[in-house]
Amino acid sequence: MINPKTFLQGLKSLKGTKSPAIPLGACFIALGALLKDAGFNLQQSAASSLFTYALPGQLVMAESLLVGASILNIFIAVWLVNFRLYPMTVSLFPLLEHKSQPKWKYYLSCHFLAVSSWLIAKDSYKKIDKKHRIDFWIGIGIGTWSTAIIMTVAGYLSADYLNKDMLIGLAIVNPVYFFCMMIGAMKNLSVSIAVIGGTILGPSIYLISTEWALLFAGLIAGTIAFLFGGKNG
Amino acid sequence: MVSSQIIILAIIATSLATFISRFMGALTSEKVSVKSKVFQWFNCVAYSTLAALLGRMIIFPAGVLSDSELVIRLIVLITCVGIFIFTKKNLVIPTILSAIFLSFLNNF
Repeated sequence: MINPKTFLQGLKSLKGTKSPAIPLGACFIALGALLKDAGFNLQQSAASSLFTYALPGQLVMAESLLVGASILNIFIAVWLVNFRLYPMTVSLFPLLEHKSQPKWKYYLSCHFLAVSSWLIAKDSYKKIDKKHRIDFWIGIGIGTWSTAIIMTVAGYLSADYLNKDMLIGLAIVNPVYFFCMMIGAMKNLSVSIAVIGGTILGPSIYLISTEWALLFAGLIAGTIAFLFGGKNG
Repeated sequence: MVSSQIIILAIIATSLATFISRFMGALTSEKVSVKSKVFQWFNCVAYSTLAALLGRMIIFPAGVLSDSELVIRLIVLITCVGIFIFTKKNLVIPTILSAIFLSFLNNF
């Protein structure tokens, strides 16, 4: 079934100097407090992180609910903001493939795909034996996913004790962590062009279309990086 | 206040909209070889989409972060990235400092 040693190796990525636990904790505490403000109860807040586990989409959901958007509009807005998970999965899962592993592991564990887990897996998959990489991924996923759920509950419960300045401070942790991880990942020309191009095009296209900005910025900057970055992607 | 039924429907819609992208990614991955050009293209698109999201989160943030000044967010981000490089890629120090630094500057 699951190789316990490799699974634990993945789980242990929560520790150490590259730990995603702090940024994940910070942003999901802020999310828990926000969901309470939006009228969610404790179970609904926990369920949101349990079943969705993608912060930008959850933020879009909470804000759309507050302005009275329809369920269909919420679905489309979330799909557009979380569509990044599609290229992220395709750029990670082939690295974890092994023909001896059952398909259900891949189909179920794709739920753990999030920016933090993806960056860690991309950073460390080479150290793991090909046969057990999917178990390593499941270890990372269980660790980051459960951190997100527990911290959403913690944020909900501590909402009354968190003032606005504290929440603003918590909210910056996530983008800072991701930016640092991305800069750490800029080891070759194509990834460097992709990161710099995406950072510039994302906010620029957002001025023209708020909903389609991520999709277009990703496609344009990614294709430019692919064409000019050479083969070392 | 939003009704409980609407919240549950919104959670289901959000979860489905999110899982579709992940699951489609898992299905597509079965046909993509690590050595192929398609894989390299997806890799570039994934990094650039992520960077686009991060750029948007800093310049046009959603939620509470929008109550802080853009210039302050940029100062915090650049300082913390500098600390990350200076500390030989330690992520714990810049991330903790970013929260303290932004809360402090926001009240200055």
